[in-house]
Amino acid sequence: MTCDEAEVMLHALIDDELDAGHAREVETHAAGCARCAAQLASYRDLRQALRGGNLRHMAPASLRRSIDRAVPSTAATDRRTLLKGFALGGLLSAAAAASVMLVVVREDRDQRILSEAISAHLRSLQADHLTDVLSTDQHTVKPWFNGRIDLAPPVIDLAGQGFTLIGGRLDFIDGKSVAVIVYRRRVHVINLFVTQGVGMSLPGPKMETVQGFNIRRWTDQGLNMLAVSDINREELDEFGNKFEEAARAARAS
Amino acid sequence: MAYEGGGDRGKAERFRAAALPYLDDVYTLARYLLRNTADAEDAAQECYLRAFRHFETFRGGPIKPWLLAILRNVCRAEYARRGALAAVVDNVDEAENKADGLWNEAQHSPETETLHRLDGENMQRLITQLPAVFRETIVLREVNDLSYREIADVTGVPVGTVMSRLARARELLRAAWLAEEKDS
Repeated sequence: MTCDEAEVMLHALIDDELDAGHAREVETHAAGCARCAAQLASYRDLRQALRGGNLRHMAPASLRRSIDRAVPSTAATDRRTLLKGFALGGLLSAAAAASVMLVVVREDRDQRILSEAISAHLRSLQADHLTDVLSTDQHTVKPWFNGRIDLAPPVIDLAGQGFTLIGGRLDFIDGKSVAVIVYRRRVHVINLFVTQGVGMSLPGPKMETVQGFNIRRWTDQGLNMLAVSDINREELDEFGNKFEEAARAARAS
Repeated sequence: MAYEGGGDRGKAERFRAAALPYLDDVYTLARYLLRNTADAEDAAQECYLRAFRHFETFRGGPIKPWLLAILRNVCRAEYARRGALAAVVDNVDEAENKADGLWNEAQHSPETETLHRLDGENMQRLITQLPAVFRETIVLREVNDLSYREIADVTGVPVGTVMSRLARARELLRAAWLAEEKDS
């Protein structure tokens, strides 16, 4: 083991992250190397000081209470309350009631789709499941979806425009399989969800911000496109514009 | 997404029992990431609301890293709101390079140096002054007590990156500590 290796490994040693074999290797190296031994001792001291330094902050009681109060009431009770109001009110005609119902249920579904898209986006970042097919080549990613899903998502290379294609995967939104095309912009991931066009078709692109994430939705040749990312609104809109432009160009050629 | 009253109530109770014991961990990370008490309280609250909304997507296992990952996302949104996201992200390379300098320099430091215990307040201040990537890594490790694998999951980087960030974070912290010793 060289000193360079030991320097990184000694942290893993004091953090108890090494298996017995590697731990022995680092210890053996340190036993024969005064400099690494000194580093090890010095980081153990630092470690001890950190552990003894009481670095935790206690959440204020008011915060605990306010979270405690907020939790049960955030459940999706709005629609229920509204429907209850209906039954008791009895002033609206059945037709009016039906139309209001429709709007409420649709908005509900819309919110659910958005919130599921964000959950899927978060899962993709957290669970080591960003891509099923990992490739920057659109001619590899596009055919991968064949036979896996009953739609042919447009897969477009936007590397020239600053959005790197990194792959694709299958995910679930609203109980249906959806194709996801994954792009990267600097360190940010853009998940582009593609579904069969029912339920969210819209005239022109629509930008939204939900839970701090930006979302751009548009329709393309009967497919619903929904891009989610933590990049800023302007950049996500730029991504959508570039994508739509390139999709049109690809069809024209 | 359950709309049945009973289901919601059951969910709320399960959520409280599982997640509320980690409020201090969530709040502590928020304090170090946002460096401001009021923002940290807001972020912790938002984290719990989001976590509750997405509790169905929690796949079991330790809940602490899951909560901290959500908190971290909330804090990133807060950086964006402050317009500081670009600065935070774009400075990563620079921060890592700068750390490199200190890292190399420290290799020549005397072997007999002993570090004296700073009080908690000073130690907190030194951590707070670290660049963001190192700050979050060392807090997740030393304060939230996460494993390398869990830190990798929370911060979305490979375990190797966690190791090198941690090594640099400690190097920076040690250098800052020594500098403080010299001044005092």
